[in-house]
Amino acid sequence: MSTNTKFWGYRRENGRVGVRNYVAILPVDDISNAACEAVAKNIQGTIALPHSYGRLQFGEDLELHFRTIIGTGCNPNVAACVVIGIEPGWTQQVVDGIAATGKPVAGFSIEQHGDIATIARASYKAKEFVHATSGLLREECDVSELWVAAKCGESDTTTGLASCPAVGNMYDKWIPEGIYGCFGETTEITGAEHLCKARAATPEIGEKFMRTWQAYQDEVVEPYKTSDLSDSQPTKGNILGGLTTIEEKALGNLEKIGKQVSYIDVLKPAEAPQQGPGLYFMDTSSAAAECNTLQAAAGYVVHCFPTGQGNIIGNPIMPVIKLTGNPRTARTMSEHIDVDVSGVIRREMTISDAGDALMDMIVKTANGRLTAAEALGHREFVMTKLYRSA
Amino acid sequence: MSIPQLLVHDKRDNVGVVVVEGVKAGDELLCVVTEDDSDFKIVTKHDVPIGHKIALADLAEGDTVIKYGEDIGRMAAPAKKGEHVHVHNLKTKRW
Repeated sequence: MSTNTKFWGYRRENGRVGVRNYVAILPVDDISNAACEAVAKNIQGTIALPHSYGRLQFGEDLELHFRTIIGTGCNPNVAACVVIGIEPGWTQQVVDGIAATGKPVAGFSIEQHGDIATIARASYKAKEFVHATSGLLREECDVSELWVAAKCGESDTTTGLASCPAVGNMYDKWIPEGIYGCFGETTEITGAEHLCKARAATPEIGEKFMRTWQAYQDEVVEPYKTSDLSDSQPTKGNILGGLTTIEEKALGNLEKIGKQVSYIDVLKPAEAPQQGPGLYFMDTSSAAAECNTLQAAAGYVVHCFPTGQGNIIGNPIMPVIKLTGNPRTARTMSEHIDVDVSGVIRREMTISDAGDALMDMIVKTANGRLTAAEALGHREFVMTKLYRSA
Repeated sequence: MSIPQLLVHDKRDNVGVVVVEGVKAGDELLCVVTEDDSDFKIVTKHDVPIGHKIALADLAEGDTVIKYGEDIGRMAAPAKKGEHVHVHNLKTKRW
């Protein structure tokens, strides 16, 4: 068992604990990216979060956009936030959503000002926020205060043998201690949905999962599929790594939730958990950047990412810890791997040893160690879009 | 224990995963079932890359392939014991 029970984190105004201390420059919409990136270039210690959407969205798709943007600003890894949008209405809506956490936030809109004046005003505010937050001290926190999400990518058969079970072992050990966990990837449960349903804390939650899973089949897969998902599930990389069918991939994927814990609710994309500590299923795409962005927007502060063939994903505000059980990937892509659990397939390491190694790395990461993805500059921030804009 | 060359999740499985690099046709592989650490030997009939599966028994077209003790699809073409099982002979039952 990992002996780490404490870490050093940033306690925020609302009591949540962050493991990073960003001043985020957050665009409401795609056309405000340029101003946000200019502010981040002007003021060191800030990070711009450019993305591709935010115009002419409506209904559930618009709700998801706001939930993602506001949730990102609310994430405890963000100390303060400058919001820039093309017009004041939606900009203020995002500012108000983030302000509910009590953290410093200010909004700027571009219309009637232009980019240059907006960049100047937002830069003064960003500088003020950097001075207000960059000297904040970390304080000792219990690991039970961590929110740890998981998603796997470029999986192969070693994923189900070693790296996903390592994540599952971590959840089996830490969920009972009071952490929040999250798994998603709705289509990638296909073939293991009966097992996933059975892991719900109650039959009602299991039915809620099945409705969510079935809706993805009915609304996304069935209307748009060509052959067996046009070589997307499994991906070309999965197939190179030896995974043949979606069922095989799903069974390996589900190893991430361990052997003992049950999930206590089914979340909409980017929805913050409301049922207290425990494991949650979130309805997400299985594309890594989309899923991770939604999990960060729901408030998760650290991410565990098992990979087989070598997915290199990161996230701008949530450190993504990469682990692999594939010895070839550990050797050929070592700069991307934080935790090598390939000892499991050599039978030199038990699943429990691998879980402990991951827990040690989560604590180091929470203390401030940069992950491989952070050191390499991976900042993939990708909105999930439900349908075409109006 | 020596380092296994092939791992099997569950005793009910009829495929196993090559977990070392450089496996060649004719190699006798040390196989371990992770469920209970039992072991056995099998001779592979193909060069099989790390991560890829081989049949643990003769599989006929239409047979259900079992891994993790669960259904992972059906054989679209037969495979003899020790042969490579992948997209050329195994298909999903979904989608």
